[in-house]
Amino acid sequence: MIPISWYLILAAALFSIGLFGVLARKNAVAILLGIELMLNAVNINLVTFWRYLEPAKVTGQVFAIIVFAVAAAEVSVGLALIISIYRRRDTVVANDIDLLKW
Amino acid sequence: MTTMQVLFLIFAAIILGSAYKVVTTKKMIHAAFWLIATLFGVAALYAMLSAGFMAMVQIVVYVGAIAILFIFAVMLTRKDLRDSATPLNDGRFLAAVLSLLTFGGFFLLLKNWTGFTQLPSAEVPADMVGKLGTALISPSAYILPFEVASVLLLAALIGAVYVAVGATKNK
Repeated sequence: MIPISWYLILAAALFSIGLFGVLARKNAVAILLGIELMLNAVNINLVTFWRYLEPAKVTGQVFAIIVFAVAAAEVSVGLALIISIYRRRDTVVANDIDLLKW
Repeated sequence: MTTMQVLFLIFAAIILGSAYKVVTTKKMIHAAFWLIATLFGVAALYAMLSAGFMAMVQIVVYVGAIAILFIFAVMLTRKDLRDSATPLNDGRFLAAVLSLLTFGGFFLLLKNWTGFTQLPSAEVPADMVGKLGTALISPSAYILPFEVASVLLLAALIGAVYVAVGATKNK
């Protein structure tokens, strides 16, 4: 059998890669892609802890399903915002979206 | 090494390799396709954790809906950055250091945890999906978060339509 540590280290690595994407990408759509990677890392952790610690209860899976719903809502609103900005300002580069910057 | 461990290492390599391509590749449409590879790898991990329902939801919701939404967004914002030298901004070295520090911090935290190498404590009950469905609509369990999630999705739907379509009409 696989020890729990393998899954946890994989999730930590995936989270760090997603964090790098959020911090370092120019394109705003790519920043949302990084957020999706981080949410997936969190979900791996939730399902792993459910399987290894409390497989008889449903709590871990319910938690992960709520994360799915929040991710879907977040990505739809985020992409709508990016498309709206692209129509008004003709750019998706996060550095160029500086209307509120002083 | 058992078969499960070999399978895990293969899926982990797929997940981490394609996740790396997601954050570094130049063409956005390729990044979206690499994201699909990552999501399939995560679905395979759910299946290995005997969470078959989660694996199906991962494929249907993430690959079937979210990844397709990303591909639409990439195609609608077509003025991409292919001609610029790098898809990463000026803070990329700081970002890399910060990500590595985050990973190191997680690793140290996990290493000091006593249950770090434990194995599954019990078997998964046979009717897991049935229990999950009952719990999601039972007033003594999770019906409130379930309904709040549906209200959140409705609000996101209306908000996304308003922001993407209505805002141009008002211009």
